[in-house]
Amino acid sequence: MDVVLLSRLQFAAATMFHFLFVPLTLGLSVLVAYMETRYVRTGDETWLRMTKFWGRLFLINFALGVVTGITLEFQFGTNWSKYSEYVGDIFGSLLAIEATTSFFLESTLIGVWVFGWKKLSKKAHAACMWLIAAASNLSAIWILIANGWMQHPVGFDIHNGRAELTDFTAVVTNGFAWLEFLHVVSGAFVLGAFFVMGISAWHLLKKQHTDFFTRSFRTALPLGLAASLFVAVIGDFHGSHVGEVQPEKLAAMEAHWETKSNAPFYLLVIPDEKNERNLLEMIEIPGMLSLLVTGDFNGEVRGLKDFPKEDRPPVLITFGSFRLMVALGTWFILITAIGWMLRKRLADSPAFLTAMLFSLPLPYIANLAGWVVAEVGRQPWIVYRLMRTSDAASPIAASQVGISLAAFILVYGLLGAVGFWLIAQNAAKGPQTANPAEI
Amino acid sequence: MELQITWFFLWGLLWAVFFMTEGFDFGIGTLLPFMGKTDEEKRTMISAMGPLWDGNEVWLIAAGGVTFAAFPVLYATMFSSLYAALMLILFALILRGVAMEFRSKVHNDNWRGVWDMCIFIGSAAPAFLFGVAFANIFRGLPIDAHGYHGTLLGLLNGYGVLGGLLFLFLFLEHGALWLSIRTEGRLQERADRFANGVWWIMLAVAVLFLIATKYETKLYDNYYANPVLFLLIIINVAAFVQTKFFLMKKAYFTAWFSSSLAIVCCTFFGIIGLFPTVFPSRIDAAYSLTAFNSSSSPLTLKIMLIVALIFVPLVIAYQTWAYSLFKGKVSKEDLEEAY
Repeated sequence: MDVVLLSRLQFAAATMFHFLFVPLTLGLSVLVAYMETRYVRTGDETWLRMTKFWGRLFLINFALGVVTGITLEFQFGTNWSKYSEYVGDIFGSLLAIEATTSFFLESTLIGVWVFGWKKLSKKAHAACMWLIAAASNLSAIWILIANGWMQHPVGFDIHNGRAELTDFTAVVTNGFAWLEFLHVVSGAFVLGAFFVMGISAWHLLKKQHTDFFTRSFRTALPLGLAASLFVAVIGDFHGSHVGEVQPEKLAAMEAHWETKSNAPFYLLVIPDEKNERNLLEMIEIPGMLSLLVTGDFNGEVRGLKDFPKEDRPPVLITFGSFRLMVALGTWFILITAIGWMLRKRLADSPAFLTAMLFSLPLPYIANLAGWVVAEVGRQPWIVYRLMRTSDAASPIAASQVGISLAAFILVYGLLGAVGFWLIAQNAAKGPQTANPAEI
Repeated sequence: MELQITWFFLWGLLWAVFFMTEGFDFGIGTLLPFMGKTDEEKRTMISAMGPLWDGNEVWLIAAGGVTFAAFPVLYATMFSSLYAALMLILFALILRGVAMEFRSKVHNDNWRGVWDMCIFIGSAAPAFLFGVAFANIFRGLPIDAHGYHGTLLGLLNGYGVLGGLLFLFLFLEHGALWLSIRTEGRLQERADRFANGVWWIMLAVAVLFLIATKYETKLYDNYYANPVLFLLIIINVAAFVQTKFFLMKKAYFTAWFSSSLAIVCCTFFGIIGLFPTVFPSRIDAAYSLTAFNSSSSPLTLKIMLIVALIFVPLVIAYQTWAYSLFKGKVSKEDLEEAY
């Protein structure tokens, strides 16, 4: 294997592993902050125990998110030195701004929150978690502005053989980045809510700590429902925008080969990439694809054949991940809507709780699938229509990357296994009981 | 020009602050298996840095990010050249970070032993390797128009190893001082004794390093050209002496502060000597990267400067507040809350 492929695999492994933990940090921080605020407002000890129980799971997850993020900051230099030289002017500054404006705040306050229960007033301590939540989400904004620039580069000139910044405001207000941010963050909130609801469902099914977990479930439910709806709505806007600025990505997402007006949407499709067609197209909704992409039943949707073969993204992976994400997204709306109707009698709805428990891993899959669409769908470009991925790698020996890739898989695999085992262990243990009578 | 020069020194400052803050965490982590005789003592040691290490580590992210933003060519060349060394550092930091969080979660000696070992490796290895890396940058690396021609083992030349040892001992001293601030009783006595003893080794390595630098690098050229710069070395030595002085008076916080100053001076000793080069080539000076030929556009440098001037003082302010919250003795409650 060559350096480019190995480096791509390594980057994919490292980012996807990182993104197993980031969404929970984004989503759960808000929920824990809310729980602590309720405690401060009401003085009700259950809210405090909820803060501590979910906070503990949050911290294990947070540690894994932080350490896996550190390597990413350096991998652009180690593995993608040509890319780094070419775009450092813009991309590098966004990463640096992320560290100075958000990551510092988040990381400094996390220590204060863990050790500061007796040192800060109750209000200040709760404020601390709100700031952690705000800083994590602000951090996501900067990272997605950076990624948004790779997807839809703006505000630059090619000068001295590289992309040089000419308009910082254009970079920061890049519409692609903001749609991406809203989509990613609402996806993260879905995950955070499903995490809390899934674990709560497990305890409710075992009929233990019923009060505690009913309340936890009902705290997460509105967020889960709202975020599930929002992520779909924003996803629709985002999709149309992709159709406008990255037409070949959209065509790959839909396995859409021929340019057509009044393009139909097929519920079942099996793409045949080699022969540039679909093996199977079933259950047609006429004009639907045109409507989704252009907002008009008769709108024209460009097909993959409009683009030279060497400029097309891999169709099967992009298409499959997109369908998977959309299917899961639909399921999230459905099940949270059912949850909303059952919210007053959760403990008596074992079938629903079981479904909720088994839905816990699904937002993880949906979040990763979304990233696969974004990143694989952008290929063969590392910066869309500006720099090819194959021109971006470092001039280093493939063996070196091979060894580090193996090390990543081994170390991350082990740590991930231990991390999730610890989260599961602590989740199963349940809250510390202030009142031993309540079990 | 001015922007590039400003960023050169800001870049140096970020590394200096990283070594100054994370340095004591590395020191404590390296001492963990030797100085903590019981589980409670080990937990106390970890809790001594517990609230702060996470924030300290961000200075590394900031230094990395600023290298990327202000000197993209340096970022690309430095990290792809030092690929293996940097990967080792990153894996070590990963192990350390998760070990701190995982260790306390299971009550089992073997479990805790494994994570103690991870904290030890994850602290000692980066401390040593950062020293090796910077010493090799001072010395110059085999780079030309085609890239880097060295190996990982090539970095472990005499001067590189000496640099690694210097960092390790600086951080051991720094860590032992922080432990003396935040612990009591037997543990504090041990930390105090260790800080007193290791000070002599640290001083010896530092002196050796200063001498070796004359023969192995061109760092002194800038100093000969502007003799007033020798003041920095004098302040550095004074900071070392002050560290020992306050340590013997058991004024641990002042001693730690002096040690911080010494670490910052050590870093700037190298940075000033390098100026305006950031990544010297041993093959031909024409291939050396400087602040001028590796930087971003003036617009990026200007925007970054505005961001830095607003946010870095803010970061320093809230981190100082966090330090002031946690400079007292580690309490039993601290141990219950976390580690």
